[in-house]
Amino acid sequence: MKKKIVCMLLAGGQGSRLGVLTSSMAKPAVPFGGKFRIIDFPLSNCVNSEIDTVGVLTQYRPLALNAYLGTGQHWDLDRSNGGVFVLPPYMTEHDGRWYSGTANAIWQNRSFVDQYNPDYVLILSGDHIYKMNYTKMLRFHIEHEAAATIAVLRVPWEEAHRFGIMNTDEDGKIVSFEEKPKEPKSNNASMGIYIFNWKELRSYMERDDADPSSENDFGKNIIPAMLNAGEKMVAYPFEGYWKDVGTIQSLWEANMDMLGDPPVLQLDDPSWRIYTRNPVMPPHYVGTEATVVNSLVSEGCVALGEVEHSVLFCGASLYENTVVRDSVIFPNAVVGEGSVVHKAIIGENAVIGENVRIGDPLKEGEVIDNRLTGDIALIGNDVNIPAGTVIPAGAVVTQQTLAQFVNGGTNA
Amino acid sequence: MIQDAFGLIFTGEDNPLMHDLTLSRAVAAVPYGGRYRVIDFILSDFVNSGIFTVGLITQKNYHSLMDHLGTGKEWDLNRKRGGLFLLPPFSTKDNTGVYRGDIDAYHSVMQFVRHSNQKYLVLSGSHTLFNTTFEQIVKQHKETGADITIMYNEDPEFNPEEQNRDLRLLFDEDGRRVRELEWNPRYPRSNYRSCEIIIIDKALFEDLVEESYSRGGLDFVRDILLTHVHELNIMGWRYDGYVARIDSVNTYFKHNMELLKKKDAYDIYNMKHPIYTKVKDEIPAKYGEHADVHNVVMADGCNIDGTVENSILFRGVKVERGAVVKNAIIMQGSTIRSGAKLDHVILDKGVTVTEGRTLNGYEGIPLVFRKNLTI
Repeated sequence: MKKKIVCMLLAGGQGSRLGVLTSSMAKPAVPFGGKFRIIDFPLSNCVNSEIDTVGVLTQYRPLALNAYLGTGQHWDLDRSNGGVFVLPPYMTEHDGRWYSGTANAIWQNRSFVDQYNPDYVLILSGDHIYKMNYTKMLRFHIEHEAAATIAVLRVPWEEAHRFGIMNTDEDGKIVSFEEKPKEPKSNNASMGIYIFNWKELRSYMERDDADPSSENDFGKNIIPAMLNAGEKMVAYPFEGYWKDVGTIQSLWEANMDMLGDPPVLQLDDPSWRIYTRNPVMPPHYVGTEATVVNSLVSEGCVALGEVEHSVLFCGASLYENTVVRDSVIFPNAVVGEGSVVHKAIIGENAVIGENVRIGDPLKEGEVIDNRLTGDIALIGNDVNIPAGTVIPAGAVVTQQTLAQFVNGGTNA
Repeated sequence: MIQDAFGLIFTGEDNPLMHDLTLSRAVAAVPYGGRYRVIDFILSDFVNSGIFTVGLITQKNYHSLMDHLGTGKEWDLNRKRGGLFLLPPFSTKDNTGVYRGDIDAYHSVMQFVRHSNQKYLVLSGSHTLFNTTFEQIVKQHKETGADITIMYNEDPEFNPEEQNRDLRLLFDEDGRRVRELEWNPRYPRSNYRSCEIIIIDKALFEDLVEESYSRGGLDFVRDILLTHVHELNIMGWRYDGYVARIDSVNTYFKHNMELLKKKDAYDIYNMKHPIYTKVKDEIPAKYGEHADVHNVVMADGCNIDGTVENSILFRGVKVERGAVVKNAIIMQGSTIRSGAKLDHVILDKGVTVTEGRTLNGYEGIPLVFRKNLTI
């Protein structure tokens, strides 16, 4: 049955910059905001924009993503006509290969899109936190009679060099595109959200696929090719919260953005809910001796100590006399009695023993700039930290690196 | 996992002792424990036992129950084989559309009973909560060859003022076979109270119900169990976990508050047998700069910037800065404005307590405010 628009969600990345948090799952399945996963955001945006057909492209551990999405019922995407589909690479009788680039992932799944015979395709990436009405963007695309529309956000000039920058004329028509320019001419950053006319995109992808020198990437190949051919491409200006959570630092910041009054990132909007696979857990419990301020606490949590400016995910347990500040505690993690956690991300199912100190505040003048995490201490999923261990700020602790920290580092 | 049993839940019980809490809903639909309805515990017990064919008899005020249950998908009961069957009253040539008692209801839904493929029937009421599975009781029922097996627990508390569907079991010397039953006794001779779970062979159930119905029987306990206690082989199966009987506003308050005090009460949330409920997609509870919260069970979607102690907060409750809430049950979507003080109160859904109000109930006499009031 024909659809006006179909969404293709690029969820491929292993998210290597998120390191130990993605050891068993793709980046979009990383927890966010107390009860969500990153992929809940684009999916909920689709559903709230009345887009009911979504292909999720992944080639990294599709099982975890598949198990998470299930029939799509949690996002109201269990449709008889349409719905959500995980699309890993596959073999045909002629060939079969990994997705060589973002455009190639769509190209390999063209028959999935074709079966809905859509006028438009919406291409999204799966690692951004934002709320956006794609229907408005589609209307903009149609009104401008464009071949492609790219959503852009004004970023601070000093950060513009980190983004793909769209240079536009006064009517919003894109005249050139620069990936991470040293001297940006504009601060209109691409948000990685594209609407294409499906027929035109299909023909560009076909030509691109035939070119062996191409990297089969939207930013590097398809969009420049369309610009060179003189296609009308327009920038759709977006205002509001948008964050790439591809690094530990930005993931931590985005979680913190949900705190405060009013928070920078407000998600309790009944007209734009973020849907998720809700865990089946009882309400959370805050103990008689506990204090909890300026924090988010999810169902299934038990908080018996002191919690300040932190996000506690479903099923996290903080025992007596614990202190948790400026931290993100992922689902089902445990912080043992007497332990102090400061500016850290504690991975799923991690168990922190008793009287552990994690991420002591920096001394004056001390600077830690771990390449991966800045000064945020990171405890990987499923890691057990023995009682009495001290983990310095900015440290990354996995099963493999744990020995360096145990017994005051004497095992290192 | 039980494969040869199906369930039938009767939610038509009336209970005037619930006052305003059942003004517009059945007891089964009363919110309990911070994010659940009474029915969630019963349905989850069935599902966690592997029983996926469950009929649910509704009587009146069943709108909120239907709204809550939907297709049953949250309980995994949207099945092609079996599933959840909502059985509201309907008028036929011998029924006016209102059940005069549970026998009347069972007679009306006999079609459902006959159509199910399973041999054993698990009958349930809707005001007794616990978190268990029925595997052991069904196993015992089969092994002993009993006609009827009743789940019971030991409950020494007795308040004649608030007696409600109180079935007591007296046993033979062997301690399992039921010698005598007492129904709402003035002076109970036994502390063993039925948990409203009865295992019975489907064929025997049909015989007993139709026979009693033809003689004008109305009440399954009075007109079938008490009448036939000496002819039938009735056994008891003892349950030692936590049981909450929602008989009145007082017991409702008590059993909510016990979640904050008693370890065994908290076991009703036992994650080994998760309790399923309708999902609301709220964000996690948000604590503000001035939140001062101690000994509280709280659901998602709450927004707290005031003082809350010894209380149960359902989803989406807002407590503003400077408000004080103690010993309270606050249901979904209620708002306590700045400077308001609450002690020993139950706020139904969507109640707003305006600035500076003081609402005081007392131990054993909680104040109840009905749905959507502004105080």
